[in-house]
Amino acid sequence: MEQNNKKTTTHSIGIYLWIWGLLFVFSTFSYMVDWYNFQGLLRWSLIIFFMLLKAGLIMAIFMHLYWERWAIVNVLLWPMTAIMVFVGIMVAESEYTFFTRALYFVTGG
Amino acid sequence: MSEIDTSKLPQGGKGFVHDFAADQTTFKGVPWGKAMMWIFLLSDTFIFSCFLISLMTARASTTVEWPYPSEVFGLTMFGVEVPLLLIAIMTFVLITSSGTMALAVKYGYEKNRKMCAWLILATAIGGLTFVGMQAFEWSKLIFHDGVRPWGNPFGAEQFGAFFFMITGFHGTHVSIGVIFLFIFARKTFRGDFDTGRRGYFTSMKSDYKAIEILGLYWHFVDLVWVFIFAFFYLW
Repeated sequence: MEQNNKKTTTHSIGIYLWIWGLLFVFSTFSYMVDWYNFQGLLRWSLIIFFMLLKAGLIMAIFMHLYWERWAIVNVLLWPMTAIMVFVGIMVAESEYTFFTRALYFVTGG
Repeated sequence: MSEIDTSKLPQGGKGFVHDFAADQTTFKGVPWGKAMMWIFLLSDTFIFSCFLISLMTARASTTVEWPYPSEVFGLTMFGVEVPLLLIAIMTFVLITSSGTMALAVKYGYEKNRKMCAWLILATAIGGLTFVGMQAFEWSKLIFHDGVRPWGNPFGAEQFGAFFFMITGFHGTHVSIGVIFLFIFARKTFRGDFDTGRRGYFTSMKSDYKAIEILGLYWHFVDLVWVFIFAFFYLW
């Protein structure tokens, strides 16, 4: 069991320091998006890009998901598709709400 | 519980089929406490997702201008208006505490008691700093700017409700984490994980694996902040 733990959960200190440094760099980049006041599609895509990069590094290395067996990795990651579907549903819903509000505020109901 | 040498089992996709076709445990080589923490974090992910999706829905459906976070959370330093300054510092503090936690888990598995304990303590202090800065942020918004859950001077009325709900729920997670980090720092310094001393609450034998489970929770708190930082503060 000890051997097993050694193999699966302790890694050289270098990888943790690297990921730590990268998280700092990516956080700085995402802060720069606001600092330089990027707007529109560029802003949104950069925010999401750095967000996913940071989230991926934290989950894969800090939370050891990269070294876990596929059984638990799949159980944890597939439910995220349900969240994406929910996002899609609510985008449609909020656009409809915005449309009706704009319409009734203009026409007065 | 009996331990399984996962290196002898099929890996990757074949391992996935093998584990799910097994007649006993599914998560081979994963301590039950760790599996349960992951399941809890998955459910917590859904809660935070619901908050952030509600934020998206409110923001996208209001015809009133949404307050611009860059200005709302900006601070004036030496006469210069710096956008999101406090939030950026909070982000770096939380990442730092996540890094010290990752190292604490590593030293825990190497049974390096002192390094592990000091790093857990450093993580706790980082978390406490984060909560302290959040308290400052809240009091500035409440007393100085007059933000309320039902209205604010900047724009759409929903802004306050979402701000207090989302950052408050996250702050509660951080506070609970800090309490457990201090308890674990004490336990580690005392050598509970080396002697297998029974826990006061669960009366189960202490094991260094518990530090990895605590680490999972702490990294998750950092993970959620990544999404809040992106969707609430930067968007």
